[in-house]
This record gives sequence, structure tokens and C-alpha cells, in this order.
Amino acid sequence: MSQKKPEKLIDENDIRSDGRKLNEMRQVKIEVGILGNADGSAYIEMGKNRILAAVYGPREIHPRHQALPDRAALRCRYHMAPFSVQERKSPAPSRREHELSKVIRESLEPSIFTEYYPRTAIDLFIEVLQADGGTRCAGITVASLALADAGIPMRDLVSACAAGKVDGRLVLDLNDVEDKGGEADMPLAYMPTMNAVTLLQMDGMLTGEEFEQVLNMALEGCKQINQLQKEALRAKYKVVKEAEAEKEEEGEKEAAE
Amino acid sequence: MVSVMASKVRQKRIAQLIARGKRLDGREPTDYREIQLESGLIERAEGSARIRLGKTEVLVGTKIEAGEPFTDTPNEGVLTVNAELVPLASPTFEPGPPDEKSVELARVVDRGIRESKAIALEDLCVEPGKKVFVVFVDVYVLNHDGNLIDASALAALAALVNTKMFNYEVKEGEIKIKSGYKPLPLRNYPVAVTHAKIGDKLIVDPWLEEEQVMDARLTLAFEKDGKVCATQKGGDGYFTPQEVFEASKIAQQKAIELRKLVVKE
Amino acid sequence: MPVFYENRQLVTPGDLLAENEYINGENTYKENGKIYATRVGLFVAEDKRVHVVALKAFYLPMVGDTVVGKVLEVTLGGWVTDIRAPYLAMLRASDALERPFKPQKDDLPSLFDVGDIMVAKIVAYDRTRDPLLTVLERGLGKVTRGQIIEITPTKIPRVIGKQGSMVGMIKEETGCLITIGQNGRIIISGKSPEDERLAIMAIRKIEQEAHTSGLTDRVTEMLKKEKGEKSKKEVVENVPKET
Repeated sequence: MSQKKPEKLIDENDIRSDGRKLNEMRQVKIEVGILGNADGSAYIEMGKNRILAAVYGPREIHPRHQALPDRAALRCRYHMAPFSVQERKSPAPSRREHELSKVIRESLEPSIFTEYYPRTAIDLFIEVLQADGGTRCAGITVASLALADAGIPMRDLVSACAAGKVDGRLVLDLNDVEDKGGEADMPLAYMPTMNAVTLLQMDGMLTGEEFEQVLNMALEGCKQINQLQKEALRAKYKVVKEAEAEKEEEGEKEAAE
Repeated sequence: MVSVMASKVRQKRIAQLIARGKRLDGREPTDYREIQLESGLIERAEGSARIRLGKTEVLVGTKIEAGEPFTDTPNEGVLTVNAELVPLASPTFEPGPPDEKSVELARVVDRGIRESKAIALEDLCVEPGKKVFVVFVDVYVLNHDGNLIDASALAALAALVNTKMFNYEVKEGEIKIKSGYKPLPLRNYPVAVTHAKIGDKLIVDPWLEEEQVMDARLTLAFEKDGKVCATQKGGDGYFTPQEVFEASKIAQQKAIELRKLVVKE
Repeated sequence: MPVFYENRQLVTPGDLLAENEYINGENTYKENGKIYATRVGLFVAEDKRVHVVALKAFYLPMVGDTVVGKVLEVTLGGWVTDIRAPYLAMLRASDALERPFKPQKDDLPSLFDVGDIMVAKIVAYDRTRDPLLTVLERGLGKVTRGQIIEITPTKIPRVIGKQGSMVGMIKEETGCLITIGQNGRIIISGKSPEDERLAIMAIRKIEQEAHTSGLTDRVTEMLKKEKGEKSKKEVVENVPKET
């Protein structure tokens, strides 16, 4: 069963097939610290994407020969659940998952102070539960939060977003239909504090000028994502702080009685 | 036995020189090493080419076989790129299933060819939905001395240019090979250019020891009209957006120069 | 002069905290004269130092620390011990026996077996090797009774209190023996499970409210209240039945 490709992905009013404007990101919902066993975890919904990330570590590394003498080894597994896509995907890791595991690891490594924990492993797991285009970006976004949730010291959060060209127009955050039917897709990951692009890929065709415009568009998307990440971290703590404030009040009330 | 990792002293030397805009082998930041390209050396393959980029050596062979199309492109032939980091190419390559490095190499080379629509895949359809031709591009790394991506991509392009398809006719649903050949239908000629970042300097075509010192690499593939058709950042460092733009301008020029080695105008 | 946050404001990794003349402390790093946070936590600026009180951080071994460990494996020369850190620790036989170790005579599992809990001290640790432990000092050794609880290591100083004031108060109010491991593990041993439960309640409260002030008083109050209710209950139960 293959999907029928829609005739036009963007209409004459520059409105996309899912109702979005050209530079509009999908709806994002983030939760931090949702898994009990992992040292750190986070979950994201971005449009129809549903992605979970978990971190174990720093911890003893097995097999031993993978240990690095001067820093922690960051190991990353990006994996898609068989039911995450239209046509069931075999659970065995595909070549695409191999490549994405590598580039995602390379996008997060610059942010972590791995040199503080030699001879250990920091294991990162990204599970795509439902996919709709842009999963590597959403995966990086949520993985960075899982690392922060695990208390692993970092230079900055890594924020990721894609931009591209669809039906001749430059757009932000392509969904699956747009990625497959469009002219170009450029996923990008960025550390705002260091002005560092840590992941950059592109497939499709763009003139030199378009390349620059699309990249700048993706950067703006990353900055938006960065704000959402910080809010999600704050939200988790605010709950704790409110609970504390409540307890303080209760304590005072009881003392008065 | 020669150790593959440059000593710390050497690494420091390389980085120091590059900080001053110089490279250990005397090249300019935008110079490629000497390139030797030879085509058609493997008769059994439909197409082949061997590149020597400095001491990096890559052999690419193409094979064409009948197969089934993908469900969402029933009228098109299929392109498959595979890369092997052959164990004899480096003390660090081990026999076994493809690791992430060889998977990345194959997929980046594939991206350049696929996204530039270099092969006219619709001309490889025998029976829509049922039978098409599959073009296998097999990248065989024979000696690793740095910049496998550019070497493999250029050799793959040369192999495709060299590829000949046998003439055939369809009798009773079967493909019967006739005499004679025609060239593989090619429409575009993608070329990959890789930059390495060392400190805050960008250099083109890193050789092995420069790769060991680099912070990150950025590969850009260009099709014949100068459009970017693939991009891949690798390594655990980063680029600033300005560095990306700087690299892409240089790479666009270098791609034109490299293409001339394969496609005679 | 610029600091960009107020004391006890929540910061996240990568947040710019201060510039120039400030010294960077815990959970921060300095680059090009600017100081950034490395962990999620509360911003603190004291004099010319800025640091972050981390919301969550794992324990990193330090020579001299007292830790509570759990034996994972008995090997030829000692015991591999989990101390809730990125590295497994090793207690060598020579650091557990007062006399020289005789492999033929000494039966290691009888000293410490897999699953045993110990209070130990870290005698060696650096970037090139795993931490080494000893139990040959007073107050160290196998734990045979009581309960263990685990809290975030960053909250241990609060449980101890200024010059031991907090933990001292809990010991007094509950009559329990309390051994605190810097690695976030605490052993509580009381005369009754009820006493232990009180002590655990107090420690959980400290963990929850570590960032608030007046905590010592509130914990004391809570303990007194719980004890008061308990004795009230006892009084009611001890009233002789009417004949």
C-alpha cells in the first residue's frame, strides 16, 4: 500500500497541506523526566511525531575496549518502532537508522563535557513511536533534554529543526508528505550559545542563494525550539517548587492552629 | 608495523601550521592532492573506475541487473550504492558487517547521485510495476589516506560515465540480451567537495593525519549547474553558519574543477 | 558588574550567568570571559563568585569521602562495589583485613558477600583508575541492620546541616543511628521500625524542600508533632478496659 501523492502541497495562498503558513512550525509538546529507570528522559510530540529519548550514564562501559582514556564515550541509538510508519518497518536496524544514529551522536557530542568522565559511557536511546517527517530533528531536541534531565553537564542545549523547499516555496519544518514530495529538505541542529551548527544535512536541489536562505530559516526554527526546551525544563521544576510552596503554607497553617 | 594514529607531537605540528594557513604537505587550504583517474579496468563490471587521490585509493564497479521497482516508483529503475571499507585498506578497518562509517559513506555518495537525478531512472523501466533494471554502484576502498567521500563520489561518477548497458529485448516476459551496448542514460554529473575544520581554519581535501586532528568535516555535493544537491556534516565538532557559507562558496568552485576530470566538455 | 539572574532563579544549561570579573564555581563554565550554566539548577551569586545549585546531579567520587556501597562481585583480591557513581569501586582484601591477606586461609565471601552493604571511605581516585575503598577505620565496615534510603547526592549537605545541626537534631528526636554517605545513601538504624520511619520521613522532607529556608525548624516541628500523635495514640490504647 503506498500513499497517493497529493497534487499540490501548497496552495495559491501559500497555505500548506496541513494548514500551516510557510514559516510556521508544527505544534510542539514536550515533557521532561517521564521514565522511572533512566537517569534522564524526555518526550516530544511535534505535529504527528511522537518521540521518546532516554539517557543512562555516565556509567561503566561494556565492552571495555570501547572505553576512551580521556573522556566519556557517547553512544547513540536512533530506532523506529515497527508501527511508527505507514508500512510496517522491520525491527532490525536499517542503514538509515545506522546513519542517523551516527549523525545524531555527532550533533550532541559538542555540547557535553565528556572530558569530565573518562572511561565511562553515556548511552542515549531515541525511540520514534510515530513518524511524520523531521524525526531526526525532534529526536535531537528531545535527546538534549534527556541529557539535561540526567544531570549531565553541558555547554548548551542542542536545538534542531528542518527547513526546505516545497512547491517552489521555502518552508520551515517539513512533514513527511512535504519531505517526500518537495524539492529539498535540510535538517539542522544548533547550539545558540556557541553559534554552533552541529548537524547539517541536505537532500534535494537548491541554488547557492536558496541554500543560504533555507539554512537561515532553519536556524530561526532552532532558536524557537531552544525556547520551548528551556520552558519544558522550567516547567518540570516549577511543579516541584509549587509543591514545596504548598507544603510551606500548610506547615504555617498547621502551626497557627 | 606503522601506527595509524599520528603522534601527539605531529598532530600539534599540523594544527600549528594550519593556524598559520599552511599545510604539512605544502598545499594551499583550497588545493586538492594529485588525482589520477582510470576507467574501465574491470571488464566483468558494466562500468568501473579507480581513483588515486593522493594515496587514497578507491575502486568503484557498477553492475546492472533485472529487479523489481519500489512500490511508490513503479516506472523507475533502482539505484543502490554500497560501500566497503575493505580491511586491507587500513589497520583500522576490520572485517565484518558494514559499520556506521561505511554506511554513511555509501549514503552520502548515493545522495549526490540520487538527488541530482544523475541517472535517468525512468529509462530503466522494462515493465511498469514488475520489471526494471537495478544499477548497483559498489564502492571499494582499497587504501585509506583521508577524504574517502570525495574520492568515492568522483570515482563513482567516473564509473557511471564508463557504464555500458547491454542491448536487450523482451520476449514472453523475459529479458533477452542482444548484441551491442549503449551508455547508461546520464543527465547530471554530481561532484562532492569536503572541507575539514581545524581550529578556526577551513581546508579542502583533508588527508588522513589532518582528519585525525580536525574538529569536523562538511561535505557539499554540486550538480552540473552549480546547485547543491547533498550536504553532510560529520565529526563531533561544529561549524558556525558563516563557516558553512564560506565553505559552500569555495566548494562550488572546486566542484567545477573536479568535474572536468571526469566529464570532458 | 553584570549578572543576568537573581539569586535562586532557575537556570538551564547554556544560560549566560555573568560576565568578566566573576569567578565561576560549581556547575558553570567560563568561555571568553562569559560564565554559563552547565546544569539545570538555582543561580547563586556570592561576592564575586557565581555558581549553580544543581537540581539533579550524580555523585562523583572524591578522595576522603565516606560512602555507602553495595557489593556486586567477589573477586580474587577483593570486592567490586557499587557506590552509585559512574565508576565501580574496588575494596581490596588488604584494605579490609587488619592482617596480611592469605588467599588459602581467608574466605572473602564470609567477610563481605554479594549484596552486602558497607560503609567505606574512598582512599584513592583519579582520572586513570576506578576508586579504591577502605573499611579499616572507625565507623566503617559491614552494615548488618537498619534501612537504606537513597537521595539525590546534591541534597546531602542539607541533611547534614551546618556543623551537623540537622542530622544531629534528627538523631536526637528519633533516637536513631544515622550514617550518611556522600554518595546519596543514608543508613538509618533505630530501636523500632517506628523510629526509623520518623527519621526517613524527616530526610524525605529535607530532600523535597532543600531549597527553602527555615527548614531545620519545620523538620523539628514535624518530628515533634508526629511523636506527639504517636504517644497520644499510645495513651488511648493503654487506657485500661473498664471492668
